[in-house]
Amino acid sequence: MPKITYISDSGTSRTIDVPVGDTVMEGAVQNDVDGIVAECGGNCQCATCHVYVEEKFLPLLKPIAEDEDAMLGSTASPRKSNSRLSCQLHVTPEFDGLVVHTPPTQQ
Amino acid sequence: MAVVIIGGGQGGFQTAASLRAEGYQERITLIGDEPGVPYQRPPLSKGYLLGKQEQRHTELRPAAFFETHRITRVTARATAIDRDARRVTLDSGEQIEYDTLVLATGARNRQLPLPDVFYLRTLAEAAELRQRLRDAHDVAIIGGGFIGLEIAAAARTLGKRVTVIEANPRLMARVVAPVVSEYFQAQHTAQGVEILLNATFESVRPKADLVIAGIGVVPNLELAQDAGLPVANGITVDASLRTADERIYAIGDCAEYPNSFAECSVRLESVQNAVDQAACVAKAIVGHAAEYAAVPWFWTDQYDIHMQMAGLPHGFDQVVSRGDPESRKFSVFYFREGGLRAVDSINRPAEHLAARKLIGARVKLSPDQARDESFDLKAATT
Repeated sequence: MPKITYISDSGTSRTIDVPVGDTVMEGAVQNDVDGIVAECGGNCQCATCHVYVEEKFLPLLKPIAEDEDAMLGSTASPRKSNSRLSCQLHVTPEFDGLVVHTPPTQQ
Repeated sequence: MAVVIIGGGQGGFQTAASLRAEGYQERITLIGDEPGVPYQRPPLSKGYLLGKQEQRHTELRPAAFFETHRITRVTARATAIDRDARRVTLDSGEQIEYDTLVLATGARNRQLPLPDVFYLRTLAEAAELRQRLRDAHDVAIIGGGFIGLEIAAAARTLGKRVTVIEANPRLMARVVAPVVSEYFQAQHTAQGVEILLNATFESVRPKADLVIAGIGVVPNLELAQDAGLPVANGITVDASLRTADERIYAIGDCAEYPNSFAECSVRLESVQNAVDQAACVAKAIVGHAAEYAAVPWFWTDQYDIHMQMAGLPHGFDQVVSRGDPESRKFSVFYFREGGLRAVDSINRPAEHLAARKLIGARVKLSPDQARDESFDLKAATT
């Protein structure tokens, strides 16, 4: 399974094996990783699963769709060029080694 | 100090999680009558039914979360509240004392006096329905509301012959304008679903090897009522979601609260309502009481149609459309007495978000501005 590393704003790092097909959000929630709230359960409705993706992995990700783009305009922490909603990132084998940073706040 | 939460659904879970997020340190007990960890219901009529999502994808948090956050989960049914002794009795006979009680008892499906009809609310029901749907050929769905239509879309996507039977003259009549009903009717018809309006199951008697009803819910009020708390269409709470007993709150599907946008008391059935009310009550319990003032929003997914609704259209007297339904992307704005009350956005997520802000800030928007696509809605929110 691809390994994904979640690094919190305070620097705590957790590396999780996430099944292919699951989302980066689900990998966090199902393993009790702090920093990802996912209030709406992965429906691209709440912007509380916001992550900053390490730049070198950005080309692996599918482009930002219209709904994700709209929600990224409502994040509690500032949107940056590497901002994504982790519920929209479905894990592929190429995600192995992916590193995401969770923002200081999601709400 | 201890908080007891009755109801292990989205609202009950969120109350517990928000209390810990707010720094609450005392005992939290979450009583739910279903096995397993709290889960999300929305996927049950969507991705789960289609087999695209599994049970683990519906679970709100793993069991370990409740341990690390010291949230005691009790699988039982609460049978009585003794308000003087501040004690909840469970069907097991166990009694649990509280300082603050949160009622998140939810709702149950309305049932028809018909045999062999399936309903969908719980994960167990969804698991059985998913299996039966796989084996079925002809599916009859009683009720053309959100649940019925979501199940119809799933069944049709799985290749079943599908008939929807609706007693009203149009689909989702309780919650959307005719233009939206017509759009969904056309989409379902194009997908091959037979829609029968002004009809009942008995009058139609369709050929079906699986009959499912989605005809609304009844809030679970008995526990509150038996404890002497005022109830109407829900457990009656004030603007801070407190019942007549200052130690007892009620949230989510079971609670009827004064909504400042609708300018009347409402009882809402949605994830947003459960989650935001839970967060509001958690804040109140740690000493930051505030009026609950979140803008209601909802969503439904049917085929590739994603409809997001903001606000409450209650009593609307004018409706304008922005964009052409033919383009499969449009929004519908509901006005009452000249004020914007609600917006339904079909595959227009940015307009939905703008609508949440416009309604929340009570921005003055005219029907002409709403229908004018060159008018910048997002700019109007700031």
